[in-house]
Amino acid sequence: MGEHGIALTINGERREGRLEARRTLADFLREDCELTGTHLGCEHGVCGACTVVLDGDAVRSCLLFAVQADGAEVVTIEGLAGPDGALSTVQEAFRAEHGLQCGFCTPGFVVTVTQLLSENPTPTDDEIREGISGNLCRCTGYQGIVKAVRRAAEAGR
Amino acid sequence: MTATQPPGTTHSAGRFVGQSVTRREDPRLLTGHGRYVDDVVVQGMLHAAFVRSDLARGRITRLEVEAARRHPGVHAVLTAADLNADAGSLQPTMFQGATPPSPCAPVRLLADGDVRFVGDPVAIVIATSRYVAEDACELVEVDYEALEPIVDPEVALTETERLVHPELGSNVAMSVPTPPDPELDAIFESAAHVVHETFQQHRHTCVPMEARGVVASYEPSSGELDIWLSTQNPHEARQVCSRLTGVPAHKVRVRAADVGGGFGQKYFLQRDEQIVVAAARRTGRAVKWIEDRRENLIAATHARADRIAIDVAVDPEGRLLAARLDHLEDCGAYPLGGTGGVGPFVAMLFPGPYRIGRMGFVSSAVWTNTCGRGAYRGPWMLETVAREQMVDVVARAIGMDPLEVRRRNVVAATELPFTTAMGMELDHVTPAETLEQAVEIIGYDAFRAEQRRAFEDEGRLLGIGIGLYVEPTSMGSGSLGVETATVRVQPGGTVTVMLGTGSHGQGVETTMAQVVAEHLGVELDDVVVVQGDTATAPFGAGTGGSRTAVVAGGATREASLKVREKVVEIAAHLLEAAPEDLEVVDGQVSVRGTPSKGVPLTEVARVAYNDPAELPPGVAPSLEATVSYQAPPITWSNACHVCTIEVDPGTGLVAILRYVVSEDCGVMINPMIVEGQIAGGVVQGIGGVLYEHLIYDENGTPLTTTFLDYLLPTASEVPEIEYGHIETRSPTPGGHKGMGEGGAIGSPPAVFNAVADALALRGATVAEQPLTPTRVLDALADA
Repeated sequence: MGEHGIALTINGERREGRLEARRTLADFLREDCELTGTHLGCEHGVCGACTVVLDGDAVRSCLLFAVQADGAEVVTIEGLAGPDGALSTVQEAFRAEHGLQCGFCTPGFVVTVTQLLSENPTPTDDEIREGISGNLCRCTGYQGIVKAVRRAAEAGR
Repeated sequence: MTATQPPGTTHSAGRFVGQSVTRREDPRLLTGHGRYVDDVVVQGMLHAAFVRSDLARGRITRLEVEAARRHPGVHAVLTAADLNADAGSLQPTMFQGATPPSPCAPVRLLADGDVRFVGDPVAIVIATSRYVAEDACELVEVDYEALEPIVDPEVALTETERLVHPELGSNVAMSVPTPPDPELDAIFESAAHVVHETFQQHRHTCVPMEARGVVASYEPSSGELDIWLSTQNPHEARQVCSRLTGVPAHKVRVRAADVGGGFGQKYFLQRDEQIVVAAARRTGRAVKWIEDRRENLIAATHARADRIAIDVAVDPEGRLLAARLDHLEDCGAYPLGGTGGVGPFVAMLFPGPYRIGRMGFVSSAVWTNTCGRGAYRGPWMLETVAREQMVDVVARAIGMDPLEVRRRNVVAATELPFTTAMGMELDHVTPAETLEQAVEIIGYDAFRAEQRRAFEDEGRLLGIGIGLYVEPTSMGSGSLGVETATVRVQPGGTVTVMLGTGSHGQGVETTMAQVVAEHLGVELDDVVVVQGDTATAPFGAGTGGSRTAVVAGGATREASLKVREKVVEIAAHLLEAAPEDLEVVDGQVSVRGTPSKGVPLTEVARVAYNDPAELPPGVAPSLEATVSYQAPPITWSNACHVCTIEVDPGTGLVAILRYVVSEDCGVMINPMIVEGQIAGGVVQGIGGVLYEHLIYDENGTPLTTTFLDYLLPTASEVPEIEYGHIETRSPTPGGHKGMGEGGAIGSPPAVFNAVADALALRGATVAEQPLTPTRVLDALADA
C-alpha cells in the first residue's frame, strides 16, 4: 500500500510522518507520535474520547485520516498542562470537582471543555450540557464534569 | 449539590478518613499520562484481530485460512485445531471445585465444529499491525450450515430438539424448584388482596469506555508469561492463565495499570483474552489485542435479561404478607463464570428491608444463542427492581400511596436485628431513616400536590418514584471475603501499602492512602498505594462486589495499626518513654501533651533498617506488617432513591426533574468519592431504564453494535443528583460498608416507578423496559 508524507505541528512541535492513506489521525498520534493520551472509545465518532483540536476546532481524531491533518496545527491533551506539569484551569477544575473516575474519557472531555470555554467563556448550564453532550462518560454520571466546567468558567472570569 | 446533613444524622470524620481529599490519580489522568493497556508497548509486539461468527447457530463446514496466512505481515492464523487441544481449564477459580456455583457452559477456546452466538471467535490473526490483522481476517473463509437459533428464553425453556449446547442435552442451565408450602398457600387463600404482575428486565450491559484489552508475551528461554491486562482482578487472571497455558503461576505475571472502567465486565478473565494469552504462549511472541466497540457490544458479556412473575398477598392495611416469584434468566451461550443463575440470590434478597412474612420461588436459567451473561454492577439487582416495582403495583391496586405502603412495611430501627422471610439477618441498617430523609429532601407531599394540580389544570404527566433497598456488600465467601495488606515504612520514612485490589475508577490509590495516613499517623502525601501487579501485590480478589472499603480497607487499617505499634515501641525505647504515653501524628512520634519531646518517623525508620543495634531488645529490624483480614459473611449497606419525572404525552419522552439519594454506607473514607460512585451508578440505572437496549432479531443477529444504536445517557439527559448521608457504623474494623454497586441497584426501580406513576394518571400501565418514547406512547394509547 502506498505511503504519503505529512508534516504538521503537534502541541507546538513540528512532526513529520510517512504513512498509509488509511491511517487515522488517532493512530498516528498514539502510535507514531507516542502521544497516548488521546483515547479510542468507539472508533466511530460518538464517544469523543479521541477529541483533539485541529486548526482551532475540536475534532474526532478517529474519524480523520492523518493525511487530512497535513499542514495543520494540532493540540492534544498532552499540550494543555504547563511545561512543569502544572494543571490548566480546566484540568484543575476537573480534579477539584471529581470530574473523572477511571479517566479514560477524560482527555476528550478536557480538550472539548477547553475549546468550549475558549469560544464561550460564560456558558449557561444548558450550554454546558449541550457543549459536552458529544462526549460519553460511563463513571461519573456527568455530575462532577458539569460542576468542573462551571468552576473553570468562574476561574477564567 | 453539597452533602446534605439533616438534623439527627451523624458524620464522623477523622484527620484523613472522612475527608473529601482530591485524588492522587487525577494529575496523570488529566494530562494524558495515564497508562492503559493500549498504551503498553512491548518490544517485538504483534497485533491480534478475531474472525468471529456472524451466525447465531451453525455448523462450520469449511474453514480456510491459507490465504490469510500468506498475507504479507501476517505472523500466524490460529484456529481451534491449533489452540484448543493444549488448553487447560478456561473456567474461573471458583469453578474448580466439585460443584460450580452457577451454570457452567462447555466453553471452548475457539469455536470448534460449530458456532453458538454471533461474535463466537472462530480464528485469531496475528500480524505486524492491527490494520494488517484485520485485512487478513477478511481473507479467512468460513462456510457455515445455518441452524435455527434459540433466541427467546421462553422458547429455550421448552425446546428439546434445538439445543444451544448439544452435549448438555437441554437448554435449561439451572432449575430451582420450590417445595410445596401449604402455609404459604393458606396465606394467599385468605389474603384480602392478591396482586400479580410480570416484569421484563431487558438486556443491557456495562459498557466501560475502555473496552477489553491484553498484551501477552511468552519468553521461551525463561518460561515466563508476562501479561498486561485491563482487569479488575489481576490475581484471578494469573490463576486462570496458569491453568490455561500450563505455565506455573509463579512464572505468570499479570499487571493492570490504569483501567478504563469495568463495572463487573473485567472481573473474571474472559475467553477472548484467554485466546490471546494462549496464542502468545504458542507463538512465543508478544501479542496485543484491543477490543473494538462492536466486539464489546456483541461479545463482551451482556447483563440483566430476566423475566419475573410476582404474586403478593396483602392485608387490608397494606401489609405485605407473602410473595411468590417465578423467575426466568437468559444466560446466553457462554455466561461468564459465577454470574449466571442469579435466581436463588434474587429470592434470598427479595424481602429486602420489608417485613414480608413468607416467600416461595421457582427459578430457571436457560441457554440461548446470544452473548453470554456477565456481572454488571449489582448482578442480582433484579431483587430490588422486582420488589420496588411490585410495591408500587400493590399500592395502585389497593388505592394507597406507595410511600405509605413502604412506611407500613419497612423494618424499623427498633426491630433490629431483624431476620427476613428468607433468613437474612439485617442489622446496623437504616432503611426507614433513609426513606424518610429522601422523601423530606425531595418534598414528597408538596410534589404530590403539584402533580395533582398540574394534571388537573394542564393535563401534564408528572410522576414520583421510590427505590428502597438493603444491599449485601462485601460478601465474605471464599476468596472474596479476604484481603491482605502489606504496609511498609521505607528506610526514608515514607510509606508503601501493597494491595490485591484492581482499581478501575474507584480512587483506591487515594482512599487506601487515607486509611494508612489515619491509622499509622503520617501525612497523606507520604503514603503510596501499589496495586494491580501480581509480582508485588499480596493475593487478593480484586475490586468488585462493593468490597474494597470493607475488606481491603480492613486489612489496610489493621496492617497500619500493627506497624504503628512497632513504631511506638521503637520510639519509646529511643525516647526512654512508656509506649502508652506516645502518639503518632503527621509522621512525628511524641509524648502526648509534650510535643517537644519526640522523634520523627524518619529517625525510627532509620534505626529500624540501618541501625538495628539501637533497637529495643528482641525487636526485629525493618518496619512493615502484612495482615490478612477476613470480612463477615455480609456487611449490609442501604439507601433510598427518589426521583421525579415528567412524561411528554405528545412525544413519549421522559425528563427527569429531580433525583435524590439518601444512603448509609457507614463510615465514609472519602465523601466526594462516595458521591461519585453513587452518581455513576444512578446514571447507569437511568440509561438502563430509558435508553440502553441490546437488541437481537429473530435470527439472533445483534442490531445494536455501535453507539448510534446502543444509546448511553449524555450530560443532556441527566439531572443534578442530590445526596443525603446517614452514617451507621458497620461492625467491621473501620465501620465502613460497601457502596460501589448501590447506585445502579436503587435507580432503575426509582425511575421506572416514577414513569409508571405519571402514566397511572391517565390509567396507563407499563411492565416492560426500556421505557422508550414508543413504549410510553403505546401505553398511553392503550389506556
